[in-house]
Parts: sequence; C-alpha cells; structure tokens
Amino acid sequence: MTITTGKKGEKIDRLAELAAVRDDERGVSLWQEAFRRLRRNPAAIVGAAVLAVFILVAIIGPFFVPYGPTDSIGIREGVVKSGQGLIPGPSGDHWLGYDHQGRDVFSRMIVGARQTLLVGVVSTLIGLAVGALIGGVAGAAAGLGGRWGRWIDTVLMRFVDMLLAMPSLLLAVSIAALLGASLTTVMIAVGVVSVPVFARLLRGSMIAQANSDYVLAATSLGVRRSRIALTHVVPNSLAPVIVQATLTLATAIIEAAALSFLGLGNPDSAVPEWGVMLADAQPYLGIRPALAIYPAVAIIITALGFTLLGEAMREALDPKLRK
Amino acid sequence: MTGSENLVEVRDLKVHFPIKRGVVFDKVVGHVKAVDGVDLSIPRGRTYGLVGESGCGKSTLGRALLQLTPPTGGEVRFDGVDLTRLSAGRLRSMRRRMQMIFQDPMSSLDPRQNVESILTEGLQAHGIGGSRDERRRIIGETLDAVGLPRWALSRYPHEFSGGQRQRIGIARALVLGPELIVADEPVSALDVSIQAQVVNLLDELQERLGLTYLVIAHDLAVVRHISDVVGVMYLGALVEEASGDQLYREPMHPYTRALMSAVPVPDPDVEDQRERILLSGDLPSPANPPSGCRFHTRCPWAQPTRCADERPVLRQIGGSKVACHFAERIASGELRPHRVTAEVVRPADEGDAPGVVSAPSEPGSYV
Repeated sequence: MTITTGKKGEKIDRLAELAAVRDDERGVSLWQEAFRRLRRNPAAIVGAAVLAVFILVAIIGPFFVPYGPTDSIGIREGVVKSGQGLIPGPSGDHWLGYDHQGRDVFSRMIVGARQTLLVGVVSTLIGLAVGALIGGVAGAAAGLGGRWGRWIDTVLMRFVDMLLAMPSLLLAVSIAALLGASLTTVMIAVGVVSVPVFARLLRGSMIAQANSDYVLAATSLGVRRSRIALTHVVPNSLAPVIVQATLTLATAIIEAAALSFLGLGNPDSAVPEWGVMLADAQPYLGIRPALAIYPAVAIIITALGFTLLGEAMREALDPKLRK
Repeated sequence: MTGSENLVEVRDLKVHFPIKRGVVFDKVVGHVKAVDGVDLSIPRGRTYGLVGESGCGKSTLGRALLQLTPPTGGEVRFDGVDLTRLSAGRLRSMRRRMQMIFQDPMSSLDPRQNVESILTEGLQAHGIGGSRDERRRIIGETLDAVGLPRWALSRYPHEFSGGQRQRIGIARALVLGPELIVADEPVSALDVSIQAQVVNLLDELQERLGLTYLVIAHDLAVVRHISDVVGVMYLGALVEEASGDQLYREPMHPYTRALMSAVPVPDPDVEDQRERILLSGDLPSPANPPSGCRFHTRCPWAQPTRCADERPVLRQIGGSKVACHFAERIASGELRPHRVTAEVVRPADEGDAPGVVSAPSEPGSYV
C-alpha cells in the first residue's frame, strides 16, 4: 500500500512539475541565467560587497568626514613637526593619524576614494567608448562588409596595433606630458591605454559571431546585413567586453595611482587622491611607513574587488560552462 | 505555379575558394575547388538527396545554391530565375521562397533570441503579416505544424532538447512559406531515436505543403528513406545520380559501389559473406584534384586508358546517370577490380618534394 502511495505521490509530483513548467510564462534568458550563476559564486559576492562599500564611501563618505581634507590641523595645534620627524600616529580623535602637513589621514582617505572611483570609471568609459567604436566598426566591416570592409578593418586595426606597440605606462606618461598634468589628463591617458584591448576584443568576438551558423541563418531568412550586425553580432559579442571593462577598472585605478605617483596627476594637492597620497608619503617612509600603507592597501583591496567580480562574471557569462 | 516541372536547375556550378599567401599583400597561390562543375535538377515537390564523404563539397553546393556562398561560375535557376545574376535587393526578397535547415540546431539559433523573436525575424524582414495579431496567427500555425507547444514562444534555445531545437530550426524555415528547403545534415547531430521523428516530420511537411527538398547527408539510410532522387558527390562533382531504389539496388559508379558495400546488411549470414570494396588512400586535395576522372587514384577498376586523362561526363545508362567511362563494362562483369596502392595526398604547391608529407594514408580503410 505504501509503495502505491509512494509511486502515486511521485506521479503527482511529476505532473505538478510539468504544470509548473507550463504555467511559468517567461523563459530564462542568458542574462538572467548568468545573473543566477553569479549570485551563487562566493567570489562574486565578496567582490560585489567590497565594491559596494567602496562606492558607498566614495559617494556619501565626503559629507561625513570629521575634518577637512586640506585642513592642516596638526600643524596649527603644533603636534606635527615633519621637519623634526614628528608625525603622530592613530589616536582617538584622528583614527589614522596625521600626514606630513598635519592633515587628518582618515578624512583624506575617504575624500580620496571619490577621486579614485571617478578616475577609474571615467577612464574605463573613455577606453570602452573609443575601443568599442573602433572595434565595432572594424569587426562589422571585416565580418560582413566584403572587400571594402576588409580594407577598413586593416586600416583601423593597424592604428590599434600602433597604440598597442607602445608600453602602456610610457604611452600614458607621454599623453600626460603632452596635455599637462591634471586629473583630466590622467583619465584620458589611462583611457587611451585601454583602447586597444577593447577594440581587439570586440572585433575578434564580432568576427567569430559573424561566421556563426545563426548569422548564416539570418542571411538566408533575408535579414539585412546592418540589422544582422546590430541584432545578432553585437549583442552576442558584448559579454567578453563587459568582463574586460570590470577588470580594466582595477588596472585603471592602479595606473591612475601610478601616474599620480609620478607627479603627472592633479597638481592641486588640495584634492586628495590615493596615488598622490602614496607619492606624498614617500619621503616619510622611514618615519611613518603607515602613511604609504593606508592608500596602498586601499588601492589593492579596491582593485581586488573589481578583479573578483570581473572573473566571476567571466565564468558566469561563459557559454561553455552553462549546464 | 508557373514554369517547368523543375523548381531548381543548376548548370555547371563552380565554387572555388582562393588560397592566399603573403604578409603585406595577399597573393592568390591557388584555388580550392570545393564544387567544380555540378549539374542537377530538382523537380517540384520532390526530394533530392545528396551524399558523399566529408570534404566532398556537398555542403558548399547547398550553400551556393542558396547564394549564401557566392558561386564562382555557372548558374542556378530557381523557378526560371537565374539567382546568380540577381541584384542584392531582388535576391533578398527571393530568399522568402527558399530556406535552409542547419546541421547543428544549437549553433544555428541565436542564444539571445527567444523562439517568438526567432520566428518573427523572417516575417519582419519580408514585411509579412502587417499586424501583431496576424503575425501571431502565422507563428502559431507554424508551431502546430512542427509539433511545438505554444509556451515554447517565450523560451530560449538552451531550454530545449536537441530534437526540439531542430524543430525550432524547421519552424524558422517554414514560417515564411518557402517552396524550397535545403536541409544540410538535418539529423546527423541528433540522437538516433530523435532522427526518425525529424525525418518523418520533414516527410509529413512535404506531403502537406508540397515542399521541394535538397537533403544533404552522409547517412545513406536517411537519404534513401527521404529522397526521390539521390546524387553521389566525390571531390566537388557528381559521379552518379539515380532514383533512391535504383542506386541502392544497382550502383553503377565504382565509388558508389564502394559506398554501398560499406552499408551493413541486417542479416548476419549475408553480412559475413558479402563482398566489401575497401578504398585505399584519402580523399585527394580539392586544391589539386587528380587529372581526368577524379576517382581514378582510388578506383579498383581504373584502366590505363582514358581514366587519367579524360574527365568523364555524367551520362544516362539505363535508369541512372553515371560519370564513368567504363560503367557498362564494369556492370557486365567484363572488368574486374584490382588492387590499388594508396597514393600520398599532397597539398597543391608542395609538388614532388619528398620532405613534407601529409598524414599517412591508411591502406584499405573503409569509406
């Protein structure tokens, strides 16, 4: 008797499952599925959490800082005498102590987060926009454009190769030197460095998609080439580009810090930035190494957050790993 | 329906792909002759089966017929219109009448489109079904025709099984109401149990809608089941063309004989005793095809005269068309097969240089 009910129960369950499948109106798109996989990946959760904290601090943190980031409060109160090697460490009032000009390091770190985020995001967007434009045109021309298309592709890609041939930091330094030191220069320089990566990635991905069977199928349906490029080729080529953008945010922050460290960043030290703070801390490494360690650790943790999230996205969006 | 009884007429179709070399400037150093002079006709409402080993150019022929790969020469008449001379715009509107079914249903469906979007795309491209309701009606009828449920519309290709995906591919081809469907290995990516379902579906659709098929396959059983006329391709050209039964009962061309003798017979006594023809060597490179009859390098009946110098044309012998100089004498038993030593297959430009040799050929390998 129990066996029968067990079997009966199973059958009912199966029917219910089938009914559920039919009732569930919408199918699951690739993006939705990728997001589900992302949520199950601990690395993605950690990365997203780090970034959430960083972005929150960058946006609302500066409104709640205890001291002005340019206020040389330590010198006014006479507790900081950097010439004599007197830079007090953390205390109850100043959680991370003072810097060499007697300013509150904690406040500067928080205000610096906003600058760092701004530089990272804007420079990545510059690289993404220019790179995707070049790569998209080249990819569409090479994949679907016939003889003239191949010519356009060759010209564009040789230009990109020229950018790629130069060491990235050298290229950034030259651009910064050409345009003069400012925050805008740093963003442009870091952005230009990532242009070739985005261009090549999107082009390669588009050419692969243009040779796929479903593009052939769309052609045989009689769909126009321009429409095929926009509705099939580009959307299917974007996944690796989005992953790369996330990873580039990490390197952009590091490169921006490097440029600031080399003195090509914002000359106005009133605006704190982690890279500038790192550079400023250099002469005092012997006295207060923590001044360099704070911004360095902050840069590493932020870059790690972007990298963790980017790698997790790469896994989630990889069609080969789909179950 | 106007015009002759043949929906498709292919005359001397050639597809040559250039082989390019060079660092800065591309130089054409030769051509891969994937399809090299094919004539065939497909009567309205019938099925033409195309068989041949991999690399013989059968898929390229199918794509060239639909102008998806531009032919190098020859003409393709579809309902009396030469497709090779049509402007891009006219060709695009002609595409409504000829569709394709692909081998791999997964790679031929855009993973980001749901079924509704896949089926709507063709309708929109040709401006069929003005209103949304009209389009929905056409799509609904097509789903019924291929045996997919309505709830499939909002789902994505990866949510279906292989057989169902192929049904989606068939629905995409059918939704435009085509007359000709080129099916490139329509079932070879599917499980055997599903293959029969899909073949039967194709059969049923043909009966109901009066479709004309060109079915490309390497599975002889599938082709025999579905085809009215079967063409056998070897190295870019047709070697034999006959009705399915005729070809299987009485293959005339040596290559067809070898192919047929590779089909196992479901009777162990007959299977043990029957004579099998083993071909030696590999398929020669289509960039450097043998002179004369392309098959003479591997043919057990090859004769010292004519075979190596004169390319045989497809000629009518009894109920078949055969491209062999000695078909009658082979059929009568006058000529006996002899041993063939495998020739090493070399790419076009390596000439006789003994240094580089491609993969060693296995003597006596099955076709």
